[in-house]
Amino acid sequence: MHELDLIIIGAGPAGMTAAATAAKHGARVLLLDEQRRSGGQIYRDVGETDSARPYLGKDYAAGRALVAALNAPGIDIEVDATVWRVDAGPRVIWSRGGKSHVTRARHVLLASGAQERPTPFPGWTLPGVMPAGAAQILMKTSGLLPRDAVLAGSGPLIYLIAAQMIDAGARPRALVETQSPRMLLRAARHLPRALLATPTLLKGLGLIAKIRAAGITRHIGATGFSAEKTENGDILFSFTAKGHRHQIATPLLLTHQGVVPSTHISRAAGVAHEWNEAQQAFQAKTDPWGRTDVHGIHVAGDGAGIGGADAAKAAGRLAALDILHRLGRLTEDARNQTAAADRAAHRRAMAIRPFLDAAYAPLPEILAPEGDTIVCRCEEITAADIHASLKEGAKGPRQVKTATRAGMGPCQGRMCDLTVRGILANCGATPATPRARSPIKPVKLGELAALTSHKETSP
Amino acid sequence: MKIASRFLTPPEPAATIQLTLDGEPVTARAGDTVAAALLAHSGDASRLTARGAPRTAFCMMGVCFDCLVEVDGRPNCQGCMVQVRDGMVLRRQRGPRKLMGGAQDA
Amino acid sequence: MASGTSDIAIIGGGVVGLSTALGLLRSGRQVTVFDGADMDLRASQGNFGLVWLQGKGADFAPYAEWTRDAVAAWPDFAGGLKDLTGTDVALDQSGGFEFFTDSEEFSDFAAALGRQQAVLGNRFSHEIVSGDDLRRSHPGIGPDVVGASFCPLDGHVNPLRLLQVLRCAVLGAGGRLVTDAHVVDVQASGGGFDLTLRDATRVTAERIVLCAGLGTSALAGKLGFRTRVRPQRGELLITEKLAERLPFLSSTIRQVDEGGVQIGGTKADAGPDDSETLEVMAGLARHAVQVFPALADVRVVRAWGALRVMSPDGYPVYARSRLHPDAHLVTCHSGVTLAPLHATALADWINGSVDAPNLEAFDENRFALSDAA
Repeated sequence: MHELDLIIIGAGPAGMTAAATAAKHGARVLLLDEQRRSGGQIYRDVGETDSARPYLGKDYAAGRALVAALNAPGIDIEVDATVWRVDAGPRVIWSRGGKSHVTRARHVLLASGAQERPTPFPGWTLPGVMPAGAAQILMKTSGLLPRDAVLAGSGPLIYLIAAQMIDAGARPRALVETQSPRMLLRAARHLPRALLATPTLLKGLGLIAKIRAAGITRHIGATGFSAEKTENGDILFSFTAKGHRHQIATPLLLTHQGVVPSTHISRAAGVAHEWNEAQQAFQAKTDPWGRTDVHGIHVAGDGAGIGGADAAKAAGRLAALDILHRLGRLTEDARNQTAAADRAAHRRAMAIRPFLDAAYAPLPEILAPEGDTIVCRCEEITAADIHASLKEGAKGPRQVKTATRAGMGPCQGRMCDLTVRGILANCGATPATPRARSPIKPVKLGELAALTSHKETSP
Repeated sequence: MKIASRFLTPPEPAATIQLTLDGEPVTARAGDTVAAALLAHSGDASRLTARGAPRTAFCMMGVCFDCLVEVDGRPNCQGCMVQVRDGMVLRRQRGPRKLMGGAQDA
Repeated sequence: MASGTSDIAIIGGGVVGLSTALGLLRSGRQVTVFDGADMDLRASQGNFGLVWLQGKGADFAPYAEWTRDAVAAWPDFAGGLKDLTGTDVALDQSGGFEFFTDSEEFSDFAAALGRQQAVLGNRFSHEIVSGDDLRRSHPGIGPDVVGASFCPLDGHVNPLRLLQVLRCAVLGAGGRLVTDAHVVDVQASGGGFDLTLRDATRVTAERIVLCAGLGTSALAGKLGFRTRVRPQRGELLITEKLAERLPFLSSTIRQVDEGGVQIGGTKADAGPDDSETLEVMAGLARHAVQVFPALADVRVVRAWGALRVMSPDGYPVYARSRLHPDAHLVTCHSGVTLAPLHATALADWINGSVDAPNLEAFDENRFALSDAA
């Protein structure tokens, strides 16, 4: 039995490139992912889906090479593996099939990626309202196509999904976009830098052209989202655009306000985080190599700030090179030389972010909802409940949580942390990063009890 | 009233399996997750919350826990993280799970 | 906050400080509660919510009596809070178990309860139940349980709701609550006290009650108190909600009114570190599964560590400063159980009322010998 050099958590773009890079230089790597297959959300099931779904596009298909590269000596992959705790040391506690394992390695790389930003508005918990990215996951994993759906919100992903739906013959009913001409104008000052990422910009323009050519109705600058259930089970979606209230009935309302870092695992591991004002999200604090303030733990990819797949691939390689250096497998010079191309790629990929962040910023009413809008889906806590706790003296996320139970359900705040933060900020507070604790995913008492006599494994 | 699926059935040919939902037979595509199979089957709620509010699978990536469903007598399974299997017995949950699993009160 | 003057300043807005504040407000005093920052160590946000008598004060009669009085006062206290705020703290005093999987610990505890019985006489009752009898009366208790003690007077509340309700009650009774107010200094001056907050705000008060939990030690010396407190870490688990009620309440396993099962009761000296640790989490889970094997199938959704506030001998301290008689110190680790007395008799004692209880036994002079040694 040999000691593991590196455990990578998350087999998305960052985790996959890091694994391949580390293994190429002789490191022994264990790659853990909660899903059934490697790929991450962006390349969900890409290794399985063949040409039957050409509408998913070339960028998606490009993920196949990353998955294929994992078939290399030195890489062990465990899928269906839910990591629920990471300790300094470092050691990783993960569960599969009802059994938890404690595995130690010299380094741990957290590549937990992103999740869609929760988009609270009246009616967002109704059957028939889903995140747009969730519908895209269904397209990738099951070939299910949204029926007569309305896409509502903003961000590059909405255009991509609309284009994929058009190509698949499942045209969206309408696009209801929250970005306003004023937001685009404000974002324009970031365009010169974004030109470094010209291919990405052109891709985006191509998607919009496709939507236009398909004759899909577009509403711009929409606000005041609300959803109600109709008699036949459809969603009656209301919004305001150009000074008028509009209503569209649809079986499926797909919302999107960008993606945010998945930070439960890094927060629970004790890694320092920071607030990214432009992206309106918490992110793990790292140095340019992905190093965190916790010894032995790196973070790469969207978990350290949203950059997208290309940035994540570069960040995964950079973290792997630094870890290889720390393992004594690369000299400092070799690390730095090899890293130069990845640094340039990372810079190019990140160049477009300031423009995207400004142009497609989430609506203030989504960041800080009011009234009866559910904030915490698990515990069914409303914005009014959060406001009441503030009136009774709560000053920060912890007091709001203990006073209202927001964030105490099984999702542990993944669907409400940012909304609570938004409401606190809206009320003049400067909220701290909410604390996360293990187990970051629910684990059965029997499974936990079995760990009283656990043996650490090193496959 | 039965609410039609909010999704179009994929045109691709696929192997199917049989499962039951609250005792009713349901045909599902082999390889799908439970959450996907339920969304393909019906547009109706796949569970009721503690306060009785209807929910269906939401994030499809294991984050939100809205897709909780009883699978083969095991309550509170994340439907989006479990694959369907021929003969699987699914039950919609109404409110919190029971200690011993088993069928929910209607 | 602008500087201001208040009749009584209470330093600490946890369950102890708020209960005391409520009592003083009811006696007609003008009270300001200074509550710390969101991320401060707060036993009131991490505790187990027991209203518990068995085992308390077996070797210190005044504590046994005090706790017995508090438990008896709980129904009225909870009712009063509901009248004031409209919120129910979910008080359930239908009796509680202490489960044992180790025969020696079982017999030691049974002996302690015997001493407690001797102290309290007919004001206490308890049963010692063998494992087999327990399994007959409570099907589902696991085979590893060698026995249990049961006290019909034990119970629990929802501790987070209690904290919230106390805040509302204090505000409703006309108290002032200054939040995010970390008191960094306190000085006696001209018959009163000057408080300095972290943001440099200055406040004066005629009387002061130090209820600052683990923040007590930092201020106690400035007021002439010798009491110092130490943190003792307890770790807790809580599970997903269950539709039905667990058939028992114990000091380590209890079902909260929302439906989740809370498991706790560990003790560790870990300084200010309130982390949850793998080894203790696993141990708690093992205990729960040993006591009630059906729980093996139930998922833990959260775990946390919280720090108890421990005086040198673990018993409450109610002290009036020798140097500054208008300064009081109140600290204990059973702030939930004792809350009804803190909101009544303790306020009388602080006020110096004629009918105030004699709390001499809880004075800090009991630490003088050990300090000198």
